Amino acid sequence: MDATLSGRQAGNGLIAARKPTGRVSDPVFVGILWGSGILVLLLLGLIIAMLFEGGLPALREFGLSFIWSTTWNPVTEVFGAGVMVFGTIFSAVIAVIIALPLSFGIAFFLTEIAPGPLRRPIGVAIQLLAAIPSIIYGMWGFFIVVPLMAAYVQPPLIEWLGPLPIIGALFQGPPLGAGMLTAGLIMAIMILPFITAMFVEVLESVPPMIKESAYGVGATTYEVYRNVSVPYGSTAMVGAVMLGLGRALGETMAVTFVIGNATRMSASLFAPGATIASTIANEFPEASIGSLKLQALLELGFILFVISFIVLALSRLLVRSRLKG
Amino acid sequence: MNFAPETSIDIASAVNRATAPSAEPKLKVDKLNFYYGDNHALKNINFEIPEKRVTAMIGPSGCGKSTLLRIFNRMYQLYPGQRAEGKILFDGADLLSKDLDSTVVRSRIGMVFQKPTPFPMSIYDNIAFGVRLHERLNKAQMDERVEWCLRKAAIWEEAKDRLHTSALGLSGGQQQRLCIARTIAVRPEVILLDEPTSALDPISTSKIEDLIDELKQEFTIVIVTHNMQQAARCADITSFFYLGELIEVAASNEIFTNPREARTRDYITGRFG
Repeated sequence: MDATLSGRQAGNGLIAARKPTGRVSDPVFVGILWGSGILVLLLLGLIIAMLFEGGLPALREFGLSFIWSTTWNPVTEVFGAGVMVFGTIFSAVIAVIIALPLSFGIAFFLTEIAPGPLRRPIGVAIQLLAAIPSIIYGMWGFFIVVPLMAAYVQPPLIEWLGPLPIIGALFQGPPLGAGMLTAGLIMAIMILPFITAMFVEVLESVPPMIKESAYGVGATTYEVYRNVSVPYGSTAMVGAVMLGLGRALGETMAVTFVIGNATRMSASLFAPGATIASTIANEFPEASIGSLKLQALLELGFILFVISFIVLALSRLLVRSRLKG
Repeated sequence: MNFAPETSIDIASAVNRATAPSAEPKLKVDKLNFYYGDNHALKNINFEIPEKRVTAMIGPSGCGKSTLLRIFNRMYQLYPGQRAEGKILFDGADLLSKDLDSTVVRSRIGMVFQKPTPFPMSIYDNIAFGVRLHERLNKAQMDERVEWCLRKAAIWEEAKDRLHTSALGLSGGQQQRLCIARTIAVRPEVILLDEPTSALDPISTSKIEDLIDELKQEFTIVIVTHNMQQAARCADITSFFYLGELIEVAASNEIFTNPREARTRDYITGRFG
């Protein structure tokens, strides 16, 4: 008691005499922190503004119908985003449809089935898939996957499924190898790690007691997964899928290699097409400054931004609603 | 009564003294050893659990009582590295044998956990989920089953108007009774209760205790509890575990008034644990 009191008095004595060390440096430090935070907002705002302003002349020229018009003719300078918007969404949806069951399988295997020693290698391998640069996926797709698709996958599919009503429309055209399905396939592998990682996180957050309760009434592994684990994390899982979709929408290099780059609209999975990102990558070098084409490309960029923004916002909303509940 | 000369634990005579007429053992644990990896968690347990009685397992944390409970419905098998040696006879069949299917064992030996664990679905589906796994019932039969087990678990009156709303909207005590209903719904023979009231308020706790008393008419009940008054109130037979060993089994009124073992006496008088 005495000791602390005297210690305090000694401290009080020191306070007045102490030199103010942080008088200059601390405000500077706080200022830098503020600056870093504000910079993000500023960057985002400027990019949106620049894309919007850059694309505005194209929008004025062609009106709102730019968004759905399917003509893209650089020679006559008539531009419309319809084919690319369709291609972007179509290929991204294909990617998600392929990646989803795989992610489910991997995530559930990793969280429930995999024996300890196997868990890490598989987990690391999936993370490494995410570390492969997109251009390498593009080259692999172009040199390996496209010929394989053309030789072994597409011909039988066209032969068997092509003549069917309704879904036959998906399997029309020559087996070129490059096209929507190939692009979707490559992107599926690219978004797989992200969806899987989030699925694993969701599945691990299911309280073991709830799973044990389900096992406790005599459920099998599949029944526990299907009826308890998945419903428990369903909203977050939808969020994870949207996040994957968002990545697929903006994917550029790998898609440019394998999608065939044709500005034609087709419902077929095998038809070559184009996405917004691949079109920008392909045509940007040929667009001179101030040309209508450049403005149209910037407008395309703006549209892509808006689509990705909506998808990301939705996914965040879903993930957050799950965390709160 | 003087137990001093007895060295082995004679559950049958204890039961006889507690509740006549004597009951056949529903579960017979024979030389059971259990390991978490290298950790020897249960050491040479010999134990009989009589039919349609409430058997309590008490002891300080880590003494192995919950572990034993989890062996009864083979929950330990979900986790690699956990293994059991010995025998547990359930109506004559060895529960630890690989020939028995875990899902079948668990449908006959149900379990209720420390915390309420409603599934993320409606109250009705929480019950129907387990039933559908084992039986094919039509809508009317299922409705009947749901009402039957909700009534048994004393939650029908509170739940009947909201059967199709999410079970997560119930209070903690209601959720726990729903979990008991869900366990009863598959019509098991044994119900394992792992500290079923440790997360509940006193009123909900007394409801669950009344319920346990009701349920022993039809089911064999094994309850793990940290609450010695609860064991004294609910259980016909109480067993005391310490450091992985079964120290003493006796009729509840005897173990709490006149324990044979010094360690039991020390524990129930609060000297350790």
